[in-house]
Amino acid sequence: MIEHAIENLSKRPDLLKIAEILPENVRILDLGCGDGSLLKVLKKRKNITGLGVEISEESILECVGNGVHVIHADLDEGLRVFADKSFDFVILSQTIQNLQNPDLVLDEMVRVGHKCIISILNIGYCMARLQLTLWGRMPITPSLPMKWYNTPNIHLSTIWDFKCLCRERGIEILQEIPLGQKNNLLAKLWPNIFAPTCVFIVSKQA
Amino acid sequence: MQNNSVGIVVPQDFSFGQTDEDALCLDCGKKLKYVNIRYETYGKLDSSSSNAILILHALSGDAHVAGFHSENDRKPGWWDEMVGPGKSFDTNKYFIVCSNIIGGCSGSTGPRSINPDTGKCYNMDFPVITINDMVKAQHRLMVHLGIKKWLAVAGGSMGGMQAIEWTISYPDAVDSVIAIATTSRLSPQSIAFDWVGREAIMSDPKWLEGNYDDIAPEDGLATARMLAHITYLSDESMYQKFGRNLQESDKYSFNFHRDFAVESYLEHQGQRFVERFDANSYLYITRAMDYFDVSARAGGDLAKAFSEVKSKFLVVSFSSDWLFLPKQSKEIVRALLSGKIDVTYCDIASVYGHDAFLLEAVTLGKLISDFTRNRYLEVQND
Repeated sequence: MIEHAIENLSKRPDLLKIAEILPENVRILDLGCGDGSLLKVLKKRKNITGLGVEISEESILECVGNGVHVIHADLDEGLRVFADKSFDFVILSQTIQNLQNPDLVLDEMVRVGHKCIISILNIGYCMARLQLTLWGRMPITPSLPMKWYNTPNIHLSTIWDFKCLCRERGIEILQEIPLGQKNNLLAKLWPNIFAPTCVFIVSKQA
Repeated sequence: MQNNSVGIVVPQDFSFGQTDEDALCLDCGKKLKYVNIRYETYGKLDSSSSNAILILHALSGDAHVAGFHSENDRKPGWWDEMVGPGKSFDTNKYFIVCSNIIGGCSGSTGPRSINPDTGKCYNMDFPVITINDMVKAQHRLMVHLGIKKWLAVAGGSMGGMQAIEWTISYPDAVDSVIAIATTSRLSPQSIAFDWVGREAIMSDPKWLEGNYDDIAPEDGLATARMLAHITYLSDESMYQKFGRNLQESDKYSFNFHRDFAVESYLEHQGQRFVERFDANSYLYITRAMDYFDVSARAGGDLAKAFSEVKSKFLVVSFSSDWLFLPKQSKEIVRALLSGKIDVTYCDIASVYGHDAFLLEAVTLGKLISDFTRNRYLEVQND
């Protein structure tokens, strides 16, 4: 059923990018790993030893079905079960906006991983900006499809906001990869306005 | 009989320790001779013997996991929901073994067995055994059955303790572990409950220092069981099951006979238990649990105790279990992770307390069947 996992991945440009930039044979922790598709594909394609973390029992069952190791835990309670620098990479893909304490989780990630890869949904994206400015309504976009009252996205940020948080926390941004439509030059030039999502590689020396 | 049952099974016996050299060396320093292991098997061992799974029972369990002992037998084995053709432990695919622990009272050598030195029951002359001793005896059975490596060892509660012990004592003999509602060391709270249970037995005048004959200390054993049974349930499950309902009347009796449904239930559990369990065995087995502390052999460092472990782990806890708490499972998970041992952990949401490991068959069953299937595939590809 690897085909199914690849199909799941292809719907998410940020996951494809993360899969592309990860080196082979590393040990990774995928926070909020869902059904474990990314870990399953990485194990097969790049011989990556992966472990997922999920809060949902249903997702845990799916991961086990996919042959992926997973730990049942609430990210907002920290990553206490993981030792310092015990993974080459810690991944958090489009999940930081769902957390109660994104800042604390970020601290925990850089403690546990040598490097961290984080993808964010950019609320500063032009489509979102326009809706708020022109109509005075909370934005609804393809990547943010829900209404303000029923969205799990309680801590949205712009690309710029995220970079400020990293600076405040002494976290170094090693790489910033804005993702737009195919060959979108504007997203590369002005990511905070034209990139709906962005992938960051960050780290903090112990 | 349902068509997904293993059907009629015949219990088997394996004896060893007829000579001093062959005797089982116990943690207490003594040797146990003339040891019998009662066991049952289900399914067929494949030619490469890579499909063998050992199931380990809890305090009051026995070797009879699944199926029936006769045509008229109405009560299936204790984990029949999980073990059978097409079930989580699929007997079409795997060779399943379960044995009664030493110290038990369901066929294996225990305190009510005959002491070969005296020709009488051991009773309190039976040596105090540990979880590790139980596992050593199971290892003898493994050798006898010609199995080199278990695809999985699986158990809940005290069965989980044995499963964990296996990975440490015989790291090369276990591919994967399924440790359910268990702990790496018994908590002071559990030790306390065990103590009170044993006190109930030992203060029963019929106990006679363990030398009872046909008239067993049933009152003491029933009290111990009732106490223990409370720890297997949860506040919520007791509300759901009994509420404050009265058993036979809609008025209080204003005496001290049982009024409440919950009282009646406990009384029933106690009575049923004494029909099938031995008081001295209860003393020995609870003591073995008290002494269980995997970290003790590594100066209290659980991660260090796991340093030689090679098995993959599936650790499962239940949210309302207050006897073996989810946090005790998390301790195991943390220690395994610090040694970079592959582990999957799930805390199943359940209201059933510790008993959930026998009751949450759907969720637990899916975890077990998928985990085992993926391990089996991997072992086949190696």
